[in-house]
Amino acid sequence: MSAIPPDEMLVVEAVRKSFGGTQVLRDISFSVRRGEVFGIIGPSGSGKSTLLRCITQLERVSGGKIRVCGETMVSDAPDGTARYAPPAALRRMGLKIGLVFQNFNLFPHFSVLRNLTEAQIHVLKRPKDEATERALGLLKRMGLESKAGAYPCQLSGGQQQRVGIARALALQPEVLCFDEPTSALDPELTGEVLKVIRDLAERKMTMVVVTHEMDFARELADRILFMDGGVVVESGTADEVISRPKHSRTQSFLGRLRR
Amino acid sequence: MQFWPMVGGLAKGLGTTTSIFCLTLLFSLPLGLLVALGRMSKFGALRQAMRLYISVMRGTPLMLQLFFFYFGPYYIFNLNLGKLGFWGLDYRFVAVVLGFSLNYAAYFAEIYRAGIESIPVGQREAGKILGFSRAQTFFRIVLPQVVKRILPPVTNEVITLVKDTSLAFALSVMEMFTIAKMEAAAHTTMVPFMVAGLFYYVFNFAVAAAMEWFEKRLDYYA
Ligand SMILES: Nc1ncnc2c1ncn2[C@@H]1O[C@H](COP(=O)(O)OP(=O)(O)OP(=O)(O)O)[C@@H](O)[C@H]1O
Ligand SMILES: [Mg+2]
Repeated sequence: MSAIPPDEMLVVEAVRKSFGGTQVLRDISFSVRRGEVFGIIGPSGSGKSTLLRCITQLERVSGGKIRVCGETMVSDAPDGTARYAPPAALRRMGLKIGLVFQNFNLFPHFSVLRNLTEAQIHVLKRPKDEATERALGLLKRMGLESKAGAYPCQLSGGQQQRVGIARALALQPEVLCFDEPTSALDPELTGEVLKVIRDLAERKMTMVVVTHEMDFARELADRILFMDGGVVVESGTADEVISRPKHSRTQSFLGRLRR
Repeated sequence: MQFWPMVGGLAKGLGTTTSIFCLTLLFSLPLGLLVALGRMSKFGALRQAMRLYISVMRGTPLMLQLFFFYFGPYYIFNLNLGKLGFWGLDYRFVAVVLGFSLNYAAYFAEIYRAGIESIPVGQREAGKILGFSRAQTFFRIVLPQVVKRILPPVTNEVITLVKDTSLAFALSVMEMFTIAKMEAAAHTTMVPFMVAGLFYYVFNFAVAAAMEWFEKRLDYYA
């Protein structure tokens, strides 16, 4: 336990995940350090979303190990099944990992402000004033201070996604995961969301970003993992993986993206 | 026949009609939610039991169900409930409210279920990611959105209920339709039926207006 350096925020070891008979994740290992932007790329169906969903506990792994901030979330039991930590520990770890959804999943019946305060008040039990103050501060950072009273349906996709990011940040997670945060947006709106993520990177927020935006990944990611068919094909610095990929599968994937 | 005393008698019946209506909604709306949750439970036995319940309630006549609740205790258990001890309630009235509540709960359950299933799974997932418990996610995030979506079909059921209360005449509960029928027979005239019809219409007009107002109030989001 104590051998793990404290700045390993997320450690994934030999994680496997099957749905019924189909094995979607076969053997995934990587670790994310504090303050790092970790990019995950790969073709459609390679299991990127499934991997994020396992890390954020929306899915249960079939096997392997996941550690969050030094605490074991799940590990292999001797009988070969996955052994999860007790519910209270899982909840605690869950709150350390935020997720920004591809399609935002904002709460349509709440104002923007309440989207940001609801969990602070009812999950973290923060006083309402404090929650509101934090929410307004975040909206300001997102350039959305004038939208606090608006409802999600009144916002553009780019604005909605920035609210989605602010909502996740309001709980002050240690690690923030993004599942293709811009792929549901019109091209002219991706920039404003990428700008927010860039700003978070400058503030040394630890992030795991699944993306199809290679230029963005190369610019921001400290390290990149390329996966295909549920396995890690290659990983390394952004430069290594995107500019000088070693594996032919990585090369052909990147080649296809460049057209 | 004197007109105003007849109208007065019907108005008194309207009071009973309104009690049946309100009590039925009071019991069947929450009960329907429980049935819907059971119907979607991960426990197969509970799921099947609720499925059977809904199927029987919807598949047999409401009037037959009223008879069942009224005569059942006597025929099956030899219990004579004639006058119930508490509040001096007439068991006829109790049987009617019981029958209506259980019957309408089945219809409401299916409306709730359709509503709950129509909420995108992403809403639940967002709730879970933000640390809400399952109950918090349901009551704070899912249910409010369900209410908005199911208002139109619920309005339909509520309007049907206003009219269905007249079935209580089968157990001779002194609600408006029973009284109209008695007045009409006593004086061989259609007038009581027409006045009762007008009362039902006005009642439903008010119900529809109230539901519309409620829908408008929830119009603030799409
Ligand atoms: N709940 C599920 N049940 C069965 N199969 C699933 C489920 N979720 C995902 N899969 C399968 O797992 C595989 C990986 O899906 P996943 O969504 O993780 O891929 P992805 O890399 O995120 O793809 P994309 O780039 O298109 O988002 C796919 O073949 C998919 O059909
Ligand atoms: Mg995906």
